[in-house]
Amino acid sequence: MAYSDKVIDHYNNPRNVGQLDKSSTEVGTGLVGAPECGDVMRLQIRVNPETQVIEEAKFKTFGCGSAIASSSLATEWIKGRTVDDAMAIKNTDIVKELSLPPVKIHCSVLAEDAIRAAIGDWKKKNGAAETAQATTVAVAH
Amino acid sequence: MSTVASQVEAPAGVSLPIYMDNHATSPLDPRVLEAMLPYFTVKFGNAASRNHSFGWEAEQAVETAREQIARLIGATAKEIIFTSGATESNNLAIKGIAEMYRERGNHIITQVTEHKAVLDTCKRLEKHGYRVTYLPVKADGLIDLDDLKRAIDDKTILVSIMAANNEIGVLQPIAEIGKLCHEKGVIFHTDAVQAVGKVPVNVIADNIDVLSLSGHKIYGPKGVGALYVRRRNPRVQIAAQIDGGGHERGMRSGTLNVPGIVGLGKACEIAQQEMATEAAFLTGLRDRLKAKLESELDYVHVNGSMEHRLPGNLNMSFVYVEGESLLMGINDVAVSSGSACTSATLEPSYVLKALGLGDDVAHSSIRFGLGRFNTQAEVDYVAAKVIDIVKHLRQLSPLYEMVLEGIDLTKIQWAAH
Repeated sequence: MAYSDKVIDHYNNPRNVGQLDKSSTEVGTGLVGAPECGDVMRLQIRVNPETQVIEEAKFKTFGCGSAIASSSLATEWIKGRTVDDAMAIKNTDIVKELSLPPVKIHCSVLAEDAIRAAIGDWKKKNGAAETAQATTVAVAH
Repeated sequence: MSTVASQVEAPAGVSLPIYMDNHATSPLDPRVLEAMLPYFTVKFGNAASRNHSFGWEAEQAVETAREQIARLIGATAKEIIFTSGATESNNLAIKGIAEMYRERGNHIITQVTEHKAVLDTCKRLEKHGYRVTYLPVKADGLIDLDDLKRAIDDKTILVSIMAANNEIGVLQPIAEIGKLCHEKGVIFHTDAVQAVGKVPVNVIADNIDVLSLSGHKIYGPKGVGALYVRRRNPRVQIAAQIDGGGHERGMRSGTLNVPGIVGLGKACEIAQQEMATEAAFLTGLRDRLKAKLESELDYVHVNGSMEHRLPGNLNMSFVYVEGESLLMGINDVAVSSGSACTSATLEPSYVLKALGLGDDVAHSSIRFGLGRFNTQAEVDYVAAKVIDIVKHLRQLSPLYEMVLEGIDLTKIQWAAH
């Protein structure tokens, strides 16, 4: 298979590889995929609680070169965006940017899932805390 | 932490890309090419032309090749049928025997890690009223002889078990299988494509009745193969699958591929002369590669028996690294992976799955196929490169990080997609 130059670039020089403190309330973690399927992505974000801007993004990916490139690109794109802005990123944007062939579209879908999962985790952490304070009644049932 | 991919450079004397995929195909030996060349242009006759010297010359060359092939496997020349390759040989053997012995029974026994040329042929026969038993393999890739013994019944006409596996290189106990088949009066066919010319195979000593072999796996040309069909003790009969001029004693019609046949013969002759030294050489290279990889990397896993294995085969899983991403990093080395991403079906290797390995281990596998023209310097370069890339990819691998942190990956609820 021929890889696009951009995929090769992300593979050779992946951006934002690493780990953030999962226990921090400012951090959201998305872990998507499964080892049996041949790809697992972990994408993490650190969100500024005041501005809701994603100030830091880190990833680690087990998967093919296109999966690595998709998640590396995703971290680049979400950094500096607000949470709501980041939610607007579509897998098709990733396909276009990396010139992924049809058999690799699932890599981009996984990257979109990872972004959403990380934001969802962050919202749960923060939203859940707010809800707990605001509506004690709701917890009862 | 540096996450930049490999900067390992090839030393002087190692030219890139390196070919290390000799189970897929092998380069033509220059000595084979030399033997073939006159049969394209000067000695171009049809071996079936009985009334002029062009035909006689071609026929003589074909008969010489038949002798060379027969000698390598302990057969006689009359027992060799030429085909277009091992896929055709396997089809002809299995379908031809099934058809010929239909009166005697309809049961065929094979095993799960056979090549698709055998498995899919058996599947087709199932649609035509045949019953097929697919024996499982043990964790080392070998069948259990007791399973085979139990599977044979009074309707069994054929046992088809490969001599050496194309992915993991394991050698099935064909001598024991042959002995058992002869005791039970069942025909024994073996797909010996990967074994012939690499390890000793003898149709008499191993009680083989029908055997498939191919030119291009043994430094011969593509598009030519052969089928050995036993003529005595017992005499095996095969129903032709291609109708035509009645070539090859009626078993395989079609004008003979004379240059290809000459090449196959020459390849067999060279293999016979050089097998012992070549096997020792390849075993040395293979063990060197394995030792280097194991000394520098943790969580590596050899797939299949090391004891019963082709000299040039090493199939290893680099756990927590996905195979296609590894191939991408070593793109100046030609090897294969059992990863789903590298297969047309997007399924991980059925051979590795049959060993009881999880899909995740199959996804991480690389097959190194060493051959006649590989060198120690190439092995050293490939080892260094693989080590470098695996380390790079493990820095990116969430699974590797989790395992180092002591997390049990099997306890995680993965959201399969």
